[in-house]
Amino acid sequence: MSGNENAASKQSVMDDLYAESAHLHINTGEETIHAKRMGGYWRNIKWLSAAAWIIFFIGPYFQWGERQAVLFDIPNRQFHILGVTILPQDFWMLSLALLFLALLLAVATALAGRVYCGFFCFQTVWTDVFTWLEEKLEGKPAKRRKLEKAPLSLNKVSTKATKHLIWLLISVLTGISFVAWFYDVFDLWRDLFTLQASTVAYGTIALFTAGTYVLAGYMREQACFWLCPYARIQGVMIDKTTVVPSYDFHRGEPRGRIKKGQPEEERTTGDCVDCKQCIAVCPTGVDIRHGQQEGCIMCALCIDACDEVMVKIGRPKGLIRYESYDSLEANKKPQPLYKRPRVWVYSAIMSLALVGIAYGLTSLAPLELKVIHERQPLFVLQSDGSIQNKYILKVLNKMTKDIAVTISAKGPEGLVMVDKDLVTTARHGKVTPRTVFIRVPKPLLAAETTPIVFTVRGEYDNEMLEGIRESVFIGPDR
Amino acid sequence: MADNNPFPGENNTGHIWDDNLRELSNPPPRWWMIAFWASIIWFIVYGVLYPMWPIGQEPTQGIMGWSQMDEYKAGVDEVEAVRAEFETQIKGMTAKEILAAPGLSQYTVASAKVLFGDNCAPCHGGGGQGGPGYPVLADDDWLFGGTIENIQQTISMGRKGIMTAHGKILSDTEIDGMADAILAGDPMSDANFTQKGCIACHGMDGKGMAVLGSANLTDGIYRFGPTEGESQLESIKNTIKYGVNDVTDPMTREAVMPAFGGRLSEDDIKKLAVYVHKFGGGQ
Repeated sequence: MSGNENAASKQSVMDDLYAESAHLHINTGEETIHAKRMGGYWRNIKWLSAAAWIIFFIGPYFQWGERQAVLFDIPNRQFHILGVTILPQDFWMLSLALLFLALLLAVATALAGRVYCGFFCFQTVWTDVFTWLEEKLEGKPAKRRKLEKAPLSLNKVSTKATKHLIWLLISVLTGISFVAWFYDVFDLWRDLFTLQASTVAYGTIALFTAGTYVLAGYMREQACFWLCPYARIQGVMIDKTTVVPSYDFHRGEPRGRIKKGQPEEERTTGDCVDCKQCIAVCPTGVDIRHGQQEGCIMCALCIDACDEVMVKIGRPKGLIRYESYDSLEANKKPQPLYKRPRVWVYSAIMSLALVGIAYGLTSLAPLELKVIHERQPLFVLQSDGSIQNKYILKVLNKMTKDIAVTISAKGPEGLVMVDKDLVTTARHGKVTPRTVFIRVPKPLLAAETTPIVFTVRGEYDNEMLEGIRESVFIGPDR
Repeated sequence: MADNNPFPGENNTGHIWDDNLRELSNPPPRWWMIAFWASIIWFIVYGVLYPMWPIGQEPTQGIMGWSQMDEYKAGVDEVEAVRAEFETQIKGMTAKEILAAPGLSQYTVASAKVLFGDNCAPCHGGGGQGGPGYPVLADDDWLFGGTIENIQQTISMGRKGIMTAHGKILSDTEIDGMADAILAGDPMSDANFTQKGCIACHGMDGKGMAVLGSANLTDGIYRFGPTEGESQLESIKNTIKYGVNDVTDPMTREAVMPAFGGRLSEDDIKKLAVYVHKFGGGQ
């Protein structure tokens, strides 16, 4: 091979690369995506999934007994969820709940791609609602583009102003609804209008208003492209067995327009007629036919668009459909769910988290006892020859009224509790500490440490409440 | 170069090397640039409002007049305001009354921790557990009495117990016999205990006298615990032989509780007395 040929082949490789990069169009926000809205199966699913967010707006108004059904009372450090009140001491359940949700995201993504992005994410849902309003007010995409280019006129200003006003209204409502989960909702509305709400409340509402307005009104798909870490994380959770909206390139290629009068048997092109409807409806403006890509939030709207075209031109539906890479490319049969290790591992962790939460919720004790053994000194020799241990008992009363409690201890033989009949008032919703001295005659101590069990008892509404905690009694080295 | 761009329409900057290696112009997204400029404006506004530029000895103060020191002082004032209520009550009360009032004694235990740590813990340990050569405060064996008044007096006036060095008076065998009896918790079993006059200070029953600060020799709690490499028996022998605070014997044990009356305020001493009493041995 001569040097010239070598150089020429290198040159052609470079040219190919450049040609490809020139095609690669990355929208960094300079172009507003005006997605076409078409009905269809997945469109309906999307409205249904988006409706889950209605709870966000109306949830705070539900009452449970005398208080808000769900209230995250940060100043008082109490979370009320229906009939359950969770104090900071029970927060380990929150980490299990977060673990469950994280794994739910993982398992959903592993099985069906970015289901969260496409159907549930607030960015997707709010953007969808904002653009739906835009279409109602300004018309279809072509009309909107025209309006954007049109010179300033009274009509343009009034249409745009109406749109922004409604957007802002939704944004403010979003902010208020968020704060309402942390603040008694009726007090909140009253305080907001009488200008008596806290700065934190106003600040949070302002931030949420600005965030909603900017993110759903302007940033839209740019947030998914450049801001959201979950987009990228979920991207790498997908494997070849994951069922995602895909373009069937075997069936579709080579693309070609329909030639008038050509009989179906003589057609040399694939099923794709290059109508670009899949791009037109895409809320992030990507071309699904390029395959899997970061911009695709897997909302499946292109499936609806393509199916509608296929029906019109009399070709079978499903040129774009939910399909795994394996079944498309390798023609492999999709693996059954139970054969995928991911499904097993994820489900196992999720069940563990659920079991933990269930255990936590069922064993929430109204009276809880913590025992801290004094460390300096671990024990003291008394003049009567007994060994004394000091404990600080922390009695947590989760009820709404104070409880008069007594404390008892069970442990080594000959155990004596100093002031054992003393009644302590356990303050409601708070931790009440009490120092307890326990004495055991030295000869009766069989080992350096002996288990000891403390019990706190108190009557509340004619019901005996009890909290139990184990600790140790420490004596001299033997 | 620019007039003769061989790659038109691909937004290159016109910088072309080696025929085809060229720099493309891909500016960051506009929203990114907006955020970038917004953060610069933020920085400038912040610099005007808050202290920022280190010019000369003092940084620029900022037009808000905010300072970290002021915020700190406001925080301290807030704490002081909460404490003031208790502190005024403590002023008008005796240590015994403070001890009897549950809320105040709880406040004292919580707030005197620092006082104890600064003044007492170096010898008596953070939890009153004592140290080598220093008495335990958490037990109920008191040399000079364990009532709240006794403790308060001990802190404010100090204490210094005295025991004569008996090395010159007693033979080694006598000391050995005495030490064995004390270790067994029964000093009276040794006839010398009465004959040699130990009862004068330690009492007929060997339980000590609070007035003199003499030790209880029957309860197995020792004022002078064994030092490194020493047994409790040897330690007892040493105490008998060299005495405590006996100026005539250079090997004598030194045991002095300094007076804190001149160093701490009356209220602080009251608080410390309550704190020590609450260790668990107070009478």
